[in-house]
Amino acid sequence: MAGSQKTHEDKKTINVIINDQHLQVPYGISILEASTEAGVRIPTLCHLDLHDIKMVNQTASCRVCMVELVDSKNNRNKLVPACVTTITDGMIIRTDTLRSITARRTSVELLLSNHPNECFTCPKNTDCELQALAAELGIRKIRWEGERMNYPKDISSDALVKDSNKCIYCRRCETMCNEVQTCGILSGISRGFNAFVGPAFNIPMVESSCTYCGQCVQVCPTAALTEVNHSDKVWEALNDPDKHVIVQTAPAIRVALGELFGMDPGTIVTGKMVTALKRLGFDAVFDTDFGADLTIMEEASELIYRIQNNGTLPILTSCCPAWVKFIEHQFPELLKIPSTCKSPHIMFGTIAKTYYAKKNGIDPDNIVVVSIMPCIAKKAEAKRPELTKDEHNNVDIVVTTRELGAIIKEAGIKFEDLPESEYDRPLGETTGASVIFGTTGGVIEAAIRTAHEWITGKELENVEFNQLRGSDGLRKATVQIGDKELKIGIASGLGNARALLEEIREEKDKYDAIEIMACPGGCIAGGGQPYHHGNYEIVKKRQDAIYEEDRNKKLRKSHENPEILKLYKEYIGEPYGETAHKLLHTHYEERERI
Amino acid sequence: MAITRTNIMICVGTGCLATESEKVLKNLELILKARGYDKEVKIIKTGCFGFCEQGPIVKIEPENVFYVRVGPKDAKDIIDEHIIKGRRVERLLYKEPFQNEGIDKQENIPFYKKQLRVALRNCGLVNPEDIYEYIALGGYEALGKAITKMSRDEVIDTVKKSCLRGRGGGGFPTGVKWEIAKAQESQVKFIICNADEGDPGAFMDRSILEGDPHSVLEAMAIGGYAIGSDKGIIYIRAEYPLAISRLKTAISQARELGLLGKNIFDTDFNFDIDIKYGAGAFVCGEETALINSCEGKRGEPNYKPPYPAQEGYWGHPTCVNNVETFANIPSIITKGPEWFTSMGTENSKGTKVFALAGKINNVGLVEVPMGITLREIIYDIGGGIQGGKKFKAVQTGGPSGGVITENELDTPIDYDSLTGIGSMMGSGGMIVMDETDNMVNIAKFYLEFTMDESCGRCTPCRIGTKRLYEMLNKITSGKATMADLDAMKQLSYMVKDGSLCGLGQTAPNPIISTMKHFWNEYVALVTDYDNPQGEGKYEAKNKIGIES
Repeated sequence: MAGSQKTHEDKKTINVIINDQHLQVPYGISILEASTEAGVRIPTLCHLDLHDIKMVNQTASCRVCMVELVDSKNNRNKLVPACVTTITDGMIIRTDTLRSITARRTSVELLLSNHPNECFTCPKNTDCELQALAAELGIRKIRWEGERMNYPKDISSDALVKDSNKCIYCRRCETMCNEVQTCGILSGISRGFNAFVGPAFNIPMVESSCTYCGQCVQVCPTAALTEVNHSDKVWEALNDPDKHVIVQTAPAIRVALGELFGMDPGTIVTGKMVTALKRLGFDAVFDTDFGADLTIMEEASELIYRIQNNGTLPILTSCCPAWVKFIEHQFPELLKIPSTCKSPHIMFGTIAKTYYAKKNGIDPDNIVVVSIMPCIAKKAEAKRPELTKDEHNNVDIVVTTRELGAIIKEAGIKFEDLPESEYDRPLGETTGASVIFGTTGGVIEAAIRTAHEWITGKELENVEFNQLRGSDGLRKATVQIGDKELKIGIASGLGNARALLEEIREEKDKYDAIEIMACPGGCIAGGGQPYHHGNYEIVKKRQDAIYEEDRNKKLRKSHENPEILKLYKEYIGEPYGETAHKLLHTHYEERERI
Repeated sequence: MAITRTNIMICVGTGCLATESEKVLKNLELILKARGYDKEVKIIKTGCFGFCEQGPIVKIEPENVFYVRVGPKDAKDIIDEHIIKGRRVERLLYKEPFQNEGIDKQENIPFYKKQLRVALRNCGLVNPEDIYEYIALGGYEALGKAITKMSRDEVIDTVKKSCLRGRGGGGFPTGVKWEIAKAQESQVKFIICNADEGDPGAFMDRSILEGDPHSVLEAMAIGGYAIGSDKGIIYIRAEYPLAISRLKTAISQARELGLLGKNIFDTDFNFDIDIKYGAGAFVCGEETALINSCEGKRGEPNYKPPYPAQEGYWGHPTCVNNVETFANIPSIITKGPEWFTSMGTENSKGTKVFALAGKINNVGLVEVPMGITLREIIYDIGGGIQGGKKFKAVQTGGPSGGVITENELDTPIDYDSLTGIGSMMGSGGMIVMDETDNMVNIAKFYLEFTMDESCGRCTPCRIGTKRLYEMLNKITSGKATMADLDAMKQLSYMVKDGSLCGLGQTAPNPIISTMKHFWNEYVALVTDYDNPQGEGKYEAKNKIGIES
């Protein structure tokens, strides 16, 4: 009803007075939006508008954005939350009265009165929205102290920590988990003063169907949800003289790490990052992109094999561990569709502990592989039993972009001033195809670049497939390869993945290949990336940077990577062959849905 | 139906069941059969008579003899003396305190003298499990009239003219609510009966549903017809098992007779009713929380607008009315709005049911015309204060309301006057306090309730009520300072001002009103805690007795 009215009067503007400023604003916008147009800042906390990924958290629950609505006719002004109150014609709003300021301060003071006083040691110290708000409002005293929530920390999983005592009940994580990711893990538990967000019956996270995509972590304003911190393990490994410590960096790190050092979003810091890692004392600094090129060799081969042998189509990419866990829990009947390829960093770990170890005469047991990932799910993936067989882990330690930033700072390295250096060889040689793994649509584009040449036997001149690019969460495209037209589906965000998988399950549409990334936008928006604090422009800039990095590469197709070709020649043999199966492929299992 | 000479009506409402009316019933049946009178005397199970303090109640018709506090052993005397020999059992008649003479007729008992029963018209009169008894007293006539003789607008107009206002507490004009719901352009609409009665000490809705379920079903169908809905939902708390079972029986009987279902009264009007159970959360009485709960979601309110009439149950226009509101509808349709507006005050028409509880002699359910004074309710109907103690205050509006003192006892009760003296009508809970009650404790009792019942969604209510409760605790344990009193007052207004729904917006009312009227009791606890003035006056441990 309200919607139809809205479209009807879309073009209308209405008059509003905000703090004595007379404005004309479009019909249907909120007081908060109108205030922004008026240049008046209204502090918010629970509100989060991620319209780029179709998520708006509108719980109106923190009561920080309370403003005074002037009703001079009845002489009864009232307080309303600016975030959910729609402007009506002639509205008179004051954001600066004692009453609204007191209401705002009271809510923040009450939140602080029930919040652990441990900013010093908190993982979100200086990156916390509640802390920033308290500073902005100039809170110097909490007038109402009392009992605080006292829940044990949930450290059950390998990926994320849930510290409910820091939950301010904004429900952003819940909205993200239910509406965007459609996982339905997080929801309000208990009531009144004891209310917090957690999985049903407050079971440990590890027993839930959580995919560890980490999008809840990305939107949590405090440290109620954070990644499991593994930086200590990195320090220990680096300081163990018996260990040969290898580091690999995922494609999306190089376009986001700079933000942690005050650099503009989208700054490409590949060279500085490599220098920093070398100065930290890693024995070899490699690139997960090498693993990505390897993935393409296998995945393109698998695709061609499936096409030529009437195998199961579509093929689904399997790089994203959150997405893999999602299908295991939510669509176990479709487990035959995903590619059996291990994810790039796990492939890399395997090659490091076999080929690289052998070639350099290092005992694999003494090799420690550290992955720098934009992702929290990679932490849990590295501990999956089928990927930790043969008595050693393929990947030993996974740290996020944020953790790496902290390590670099702790080491006293002035990142912004660093010179640039190159990745080590051989596992640092990469192509543009592997860089674009970092954004939605990248994996499938990389696979198509290779499959196209292999199927047609002709050189592909324009390697940029614009129909596969974009930032919409659900995209469909066709790619002509010789006389065959491939139908491609691309989803980022698990809600979009669900929609696509339902289409496949119900056979509504036929696809040949599908790429799914759990995070909206792909790895550039991963749960382990620097916090975007609701500004998705940052993510778009990271995406632009990824494509720029691809354009800057001399080699832009995975199968042209000379070190990859050498690896097959010297060690693996045929792509998708027997050794390849043993080393580079995995399997999935049906999981319970809770 | 066999014709019988005498009917023995026995209350099987929750209150009387709790005092073993079921055993009385069984004994009456056994003895009646043993004496061979079961053909000419009929035993009828009825709903609540309201006089719960004096339960179990047994009434003999047509003699109109009203027995109170009937125990299982009294069944023999009722049969042998009254039924067989025609002699009243004097000892079971109601006696006024300090009087020896028993009163035999219901209408002569002071408790009933000033009452006027509209919503409760059939409670204690019909067997709630027999639809024919309801029909015999004019039941479903209003539905028939509405859907065969009246247009939808005429029905709404009648309700609007009656000036009926929502009995759940808000007092929003029912006719206007229906009009808004009717105006929504939607193929699917819902009408919901809010039976999530949650005020401590209040049991108006339960008694109506237990004693006269059909009046609610009939009214819902009328409402459904008026707004253009074919689907009703009764949202009832699972703690009301008897009301639920009576409703289920009533719904299936109404379906059998075609009074619910397709083509009711051979018209093209279809209407059916489902029951949804609540888990007893107080906040689910708030309509948006109620709708969330109906949808299987967490029972917590949403911000408004959109109002349920615009976007309610599963996004469809939804009209939510309270049980007592519905119970008034059939009579308004059959007797006309003028009849209804002849009762009450200028802005509040009709009657209101109150649940009398606390330190009052006649604990029970009363229905009185709007405009009656609190003094009449407490002293004439309620029989005054227990143990001859002195009246101190009465809390209306449940935990959302405020206290009313001696000075305001002569205020005529209606929606606006109660708000005017710092309380509210609420759903009808009325808890009486005597001179031994400490008012800080009273405030603490209510605050504890709202704190526990807060859903936790918004900050002021989630943390604010907790902090208020903690401060009250500090005061009642003698650790507070005068500055704490000021801080508590400030926070009370902030919680009211900043909360998302009615629960938080009214939760501090008991503090604000007790501070206003009994400031000296707060001060005494701060300045002179060790020297309580007067016996038990500042005894911070006693709780107020709440029964239902």
